[in-house]
Order: sequence, then structure tokens, then C-alpha cells
Amino acid sequence: MEQHLPVLLIITPLIAAPLCVLVRQRVAVFGLALAVCWAVFAMAIMLLARVLDSGEITYQLGGWAAPWGIEYRIDTLSAFVLLFVSGIGAVVLSFAPHSIAREIRKDQHYLFFTEYLLCLTGLLGITITGDLFNLFVFLEISSLSAYALISLGARGGVPKTRRALIAAFHYLVMGTIGATFILIGIGLLYMMTGTLNMADMAVRLRETVEINGSFKQVNETRTVLVAFAFLSVGISLKMALFPLHMWLPNAYTYAPSVVTAFLAATATKVSVYILLRLIFTIVGAGFAFERLPLDTELMVLSMIGIVVASVTAIFQTNIKRMLAYSSVAQIGYIALGISFASPDGLTGAIVHLFNHALIKGGLFLAMGCLVLRLGSTELDDMRGIGRRMPWTMFAWVVGGLGLIGVPTTAGFISKWYLISAALERGWWPVAVLVLLSSLLAVAYVWRVVEAAYFQDAPEQHAEVTEAPVVMLIPTYALIGATIVFGLWTSVSAGVARQAAELLLEVTP
Amino acid sequence: MREILGLYNYWVVIFLMMTGFYVVIARRNLIKKVIGLNIFQISVFLLYITMGKVTGGTAPILPARHFTTGEEFQTFSNPLPSVLILTAIVVGVATTAMALALIVRIHEAYGTIEEDEILAQDREQ
Repeated sequence: MEQHLPVLLIITPLIAAPLCVLVRQRVAVFGLALAVCWAVFAMAIMLLARVLDSGEITYQLGGWAAPWGIEYRIDTLSAFVLLFVSGIGAVVLSFAPHSIAREIRKDQHYLFFTEYLLCLTGLLGITITGDLFNLFVFLEISSLSAYALISLGARGGVPKTRRALIAAFHYLVMGTIGATFILIGIGLLYMMTGTLNMADMAVRLRETVEINGSFKQVNETRTVLVAFAFLSVGISLKMALFPLHMWLPNAYTYAPSVVTAFLAATATKVSVYILLRLIFTIVGAGFAFERLPLDTELMVLSMIGIVVASVTAIFQTNIKRMLAYSSVAQIGYIALGISFASPDGLTGAIVHLFNHALIKGGLFLAMGCLVLRLGSTELDDMRGIGRRMPWTMFAWVVGGLGLIGVPTTAGFISKWYLISAALERGWWPVAVLVLLSSLLAVAYVWRVVEAAYFQDAPEQHAEVTEAPVVMLIPTYALIGATIVFGLWTSVSAGVARQAAELLLEVTP
Repeated sequence: MREILGLYNYWVVIFLMMTGFYVVIARRNLIKKVIGLNIFQISVFLLYITMGKVTGGTAPILPARHFTTGEEFQTFSNPLPSVLILTAIVVGVATTAMALALIVRIHEAYGTIEEDEILAQDREQ
């Protein structure tokens, strides 16, 4: 049992998903999905504990030895990502019943739970697998179910809108282009190395071969360069790195609240994980950052992305859309951390994956509470809501402070690492930009605070009451966690630092 | 000449890939976008199948001899890319089905599948 944990983590939600379709009965399906999600979270905790205790775990599917068989490989980074993806999956699902009762048509609830479990399977699978083609398959499992989840907003969404369909369609087109780029990249790498196993590929890329009479390393060939280009563009599309983020704002705005909370907290983070694996485990930082200028490119794009997306966020009147643009900016911070390629920068990037997942997850859950009571996500409808829904708005404000990066919140820890990494390199303009962009975050968070606490409620919202406690508990679980991990950093930042050092160590 | 004739399959792949990619970007009709997406994906299937082919190699099936002449085969094509692509084809079919299902729903909701008209309707609201 113990040694089969890695595969159980994937198999359990994968089998539970079709069961949901067979059972159909709403309460039973919810019970099943909830039990599975929390069980998966428990397994992820056990895996992280084992990895921290005794180092990397490998698991061979069906007993076929790598590199021929598919191998699951869990190091500190993957265990850490598994932990927060499954944790957020469990908390968000606990939040779901009341929220989807309002936002998704009743006869489609079992489909929601099915897609949710499939999406979770895909995201966990991407993180755990050590095989590139397997990664592509899991990526498509998670993406296809994400498209379906977003389109659920069209039949019962609050406010009911057919735009969810167009948003899902655009995401499908962009997502498929991204995934196909990744597939092309994997194919070209396979062509040059003859293997799909990431660890084996890393070794073979550094071997010397004879091509047309001259000797060179495999990773000096043009095929590998092209493969890397396809992979990095494809992954950037999936992680919504500026300027490839166009699918994200509409998808997040028109999806049901629960779906937005889940996808915003996990999907783009897992894509960042793929990028980290590609750069540091497969091709090596020397290839990506020294032979190719990926670090400069990431830094320039992320800095433009941070500023443009934050400024765009300030001018939004729909709060979900505002938070979506803020997500694009936060992906910028993560990419910025990667571009430093130093222990501090990488720690900042990895810890911000975790912190931003908690913050954005919590904020979108608070939005779910507001939608339940207000039936709207417009800023105008939030006027005076701070007095009628004090607990929800308090959670929102704490989350907003996390986005800004106020000390004692988790957001501060990430920015601290990013700024110290920038100063360590002597790039003080970058550090200044990170600080200035926090001011932009102050501006968009303040607009909501001002409307909620300092303006009078419009008459039609005079009767609005606080959200039910069962929804506030999961919201506070995530929002509370941003404070806990802002003060008690040994877990999040400690594990992230270990993961970052392991990543930098394997690259020669 | 070797670059053109010897890499014949790859030129087909690139031609299809660019055609599909162009159709996805340039066409405003949602169905045509999906067709473009399909062409784009299929070019990648061809890429994989091409790379698995070994010149003079036969299908890797036992017994390794010609069933009429009894001649023993020595070289085999690599079966793995073809197998991988079976999976990718399934993914492609699922994506197309998903896209078409969405288009049906979009047509129900908007009464059109022309992107410009849909965006115009959204702006009017």
C-alpha cells in the first residue's frame, strides 16, 4: 500500500470520475467527490513527508523499468506542487455545494463533479509523471475538462451569460494550439534522443554524437533548439505569460465561481511547473539561460506583463475580471523569479506559486460568497457590502493585502525573495519595479475596499445578508493560510528553497 | 536536392502545419477554425509517424520473415511514435468533439457561428 501511493494519488480521482456519471444522484456524487479529494490531499501530505524524509521517490508503472516504462518521479518540487494543488482541490470542493446550487443548473451537477475530478487528475498527473508524453496526455485531460467546466457558466451562471461559451471556445483554441506546440516539441526531442523519460533525456541531450562528419553535443543541434522553442512557447501559452494571456480574463470572468477559484489557483501554476521541469531538469539552465537568452526574454516579458496587467486591472468594473488581470500580473512575478536563475529568485518563484494559489483561491472563493448573495460581480453592486457581509469582505480584504504583499501576509514572503534576488544581482531597477507594481495592486484593491466600506448600498441590496457559514469556513481556510504561511515560513519557503536548490544542483 | 526530396515528408508536415495554423488564426467562422485546428494537429501526427520510419525497415511484427519468400527481415521501423500518435489522435478527436459541442451551444445562444457577429452581439448588450 505504502509503496503504491504515487499511483493511487492519480488512480483514485480518475476512477471516481466515471463513477460520478454512473451514480448521478447529487448528494451521493458530492459525497464521493469530497471523500476522494480529501483522500488525495492526505496522500499528497504523506508523499511530501516521505520525500522530505528520504529524498526522491520513483515509481514504475506496471513494473516496467524506466526509460522503457512510464515512471512517476517525485522530488521536493513535485511533492510541493502536488500538496497545494490537491489541498486547494479539496478546500474548493468543500465550498462548492451552495455555490453551484446557485450558479450551475441542478441536472448538471454530477457533470460538474466529474469534470472537476478529471481536471484534478490531469493536474496531479502532470506534476507526478517523469515521462514527457504522459505529461502531454495529462495536460490534455486537465485542459479538456477545464474547457467543459468553464462552459458550465453559460446555462446557469450568475449573472447568466452566454459569453461563457465563447470564452470556453477561445480557451479551447488557444489551449489546443499550446498543447500541440508542446507535442511538436516533445516529438522533436524524441527524434534526437530516442527517449521520453525526462531524466534519461537530460543525460542523452548532453551526449556527443557525429552529425554530417562533425562531432557535437545533441543539445547543440538545431532540432533541439527548435524543440525548445516550440515547448517554451506552448508552455507560456498554457501558463498565460504576457502577451499570451488573452484567453485568461474571459475564461476566469464567465466561469462559475468555484471553477474560477480552482483553475486560477492551480491550472496556471502547474504549467509553470512544466516550464521549471523543462528548463532545469531536461535541457538545463546552462542551455536555456546561457546559450539561449530565455532569462532576458522571461524578465522583459514578465516586467511588461506585471505593469500592463496591473494597470488594466485598475480599470476593470467587473471584480472577477480585475482579479483575472491580477493573476496575469502574478504569473509575471513567478516568471521574473525564474529568470534570475539564482537560489533566491527560484525560491521566490516556487514559493509564490504556493502563496498566489492560496491568495487567489481565497479571493475567488470570497467572490463566490458575494455572487451567491448579490448575483453580480460588478463593482457597483458591491457598494456598502462591507457592512452587510462583514466576514466575506474581511476575507476579501485580507486576500487583497496578500496580493499587495503587506508584511505578515504570504504575498510579502514571495516579494521579499524576489527583491533580494534582484538586489543580489545588482538589478535595482527590477527591485524598484516590483515595489512600484505593488502600488498598482494597492490601487485596484483599494477601489473595492472603498466601494465596500465607504459607499452606501444601492436599494436593491438592502436585504443582503452574510454568506452561510459552510461557505465561509473554506474561504477562511485559504485566507487564514495566507496569514499562517506569511508568519510561519519554514514550511512554505523552507520547502521551496530546498526544491530550488535541488533544481539548480542537477544542472551542470 | 537531398534537402528537398529526401525530406519530402517533412515538407508536407510543415506545409500542413502552417496551413492549419493560418486557418485557425485568420478564419472568423468557428467551424472553419476547428477544421484549421484539425489540420494543424494532423500535421503533427504525420511528423511523428515520419520520424518512426527507418529506410528499408518493415513493420516490427513477429515472425520476422516475408510470408511468401521466407526472406528474413533485418531492419524494422520504430513502432513507438505510431503508438504515441494513436493516443494523440484520441486526444484530437476529443478536442474536436468538445469544440463542436461548444459550437452547437454557441449557435443556440447567439444564432450564428461567425465570430464577428457574436462579438458585435456581445458589444450591443
